[in-house]
Amino acid sequence: MDGVRVDGVERIFRGRGRRGGEVVALRGMDLRAVPGEIVAVVGASGCGKSTLLELICGLQAPDAGTVAADPAVLMPQRDLLLPWASALDNAALALRVRSVPAGRARAEALPWFERFGLGGFEAARPAELSGGMRQRVAFVRTVLAGKPVLALDEPFAALDALTRQEMQGWLSRALTEEPRTVVLVTHDVEEAIVLADRVVVMSPRPGRAVAELDVELPRPRHRTDAEVVALRERALELLSPTGPPA
Amino acid sequence: MRGFGRIGDPPPTLGPPQLARPRLRRPATRVMGALGAAAIVLTLLGAWELYADFGPVDRLILPAPHEVASRLWLDRALLWDDFTVTAGEVLLGILVAGAAGFFCAIALHMWLALRISIYPLLVASQTIPIVMVAPLLVTWLGFGLAPKLAIIGLIAFFPIVVTTLDALGRVDAELRKLLRTLDAPRLAVLRHVELPAALPGLFSGAKLAVVFAVIGAVFAEWSGSDAGLGHLFQQAIPQLLTARAYAAVLILSAFAIALFGLLTLAERLLVPWAHEPPPGRSR
Repeated sequence: MDGVRVDGVERIFRGRGRRGGEVVALRGMDLRAVPGEIVAVVGASGCGKSTLLELICGLQAPDAGTVAADPAVLMPQRDLLLPWASALDNAALALRVRSVPAGRARAEALPWFERFGLGGFEAARPAELSGGMRQRVAFVRTVLAGKPVLALDEPFAALDALTRQEMQGWLSRALTEEPRTVVLVTHDVEEAIVLADRVVVMSPRPGRAVAELDVELPRPRHRTDAEVVALRERALELLSPTGPPA
Repeated sequence: MRGFGRIGDPPPTLGPPQLARPRLRRPATRVMGALGAAAIVLTLLGAWELYADFGPVDRLILPAPHEVASRLWLDRALLWDDFTVTAGEVLLGILVAGAAGFFCAIALHMWLALRISIYPLLVASQTIPIVMVAPLLVTWLGFGLAPKLAIIGLIAFFPIVVTTLDALGRVDAELRKLLRTLDAPRLAVLRHVELPAALPGLFSGAKLAVVFAVIGAVFAEWSGSDAGLGHLFQQAIPQLLTARAYAAVLILSAFAIALFGLLTLAERLLVPWAHEPPPGRSR
């Protein structure tokens, strides 16, 4: 178990044909997450955050540098639940695709429904669930994959503000009781500070880590806590294009 | 694995599950639609009747609607016998084309090399006029049911392959990535994700195919048969029984509409998610 190690990674996307230019998504990117640590990565849109997660999940290979990570599972922004399957079958998908019989897969997913406030909605199809509930079903699906690393790609960005806040509190509690190594990518600085042990700030493209903030605050945290607000101001300064004041 | 305990009370927004209803199910809309269709049909029939009665075209070329209606009644036994023959051909042909088209689409989807090499040929096969291959099929397969199934299958097969293949390939790219991180083998992706996702495509193709199949059955009967509405049509024209030929076509149209309606109904029952709004980002 070594969590996640990203060392000096470079990732270049080459356009096709004569007109195709190069886009350097990441250059000199470093990231560490020790087992059980929650690391949030914040940065402007297009700074290579999603590319970083796909590298950690093994969906892409770096052009330079190394990526070493425990097996990771991806949780994308959209819940991507299968519209024809019940909530329970959606949650059990990770088991079903590995040939676990339907009955056993459902039995394994069932206890999570009570714990996550989804009890009674096992047979509901995704269209019948609220956005927050769909995201919780997606989270059960992610956890049941049984991987030590969770790669969360702006998991709450598609939710409305109120539900998002609710889900952040919920995820924070869930991860306290069921620790995982988490790399959380977000452009919401507040979300990063409320959830993470450490916040890594990325530069605009080509993306690399330009600063780190340790968040040594007790949980549960609230976005209105003075320390959270102070850290947010600090992170926003680091993120601003002019850089931190000297 | 330790439990989560009681995390998160249900958010207050939870209500009883409610399905968004497709707009067509509103009774008022349906009544308006039916009235509109009836008005259009009546107007067309009236115009046709007037034109046939007082226009310059000979009755042997264009019978009036009332003549067709009376033929429909007078020849009902004859028409029914021929209808059962044609209906049997069409239904069997659709089943054959549906099964073959579905499996062909899966094969083309799974193997890129096959798609590259076979798909253009499949498109080309649709440009071959049926009248050109019909004598060949009759030579090979005789005058029975087999050449009819071959022709109907040939025509109905194509829309099913195209729509199913498109639906198989339309699975979200991000979902594919997610499945890879779930360690899903290729066949599991096919079974749990791509096949269900392709069912609405199969239905779209089948709806096109039933209409083509009816036309195909007529062509097939013209190229050699002793029964069926297409055969009846072909016999009626030289006998100067134009109204009877029109009656046969009318029945074929009604049959196609009925099949189309049945498929739409089956689609609503079997793939209800295809008619829901896509899961919203939030509510």
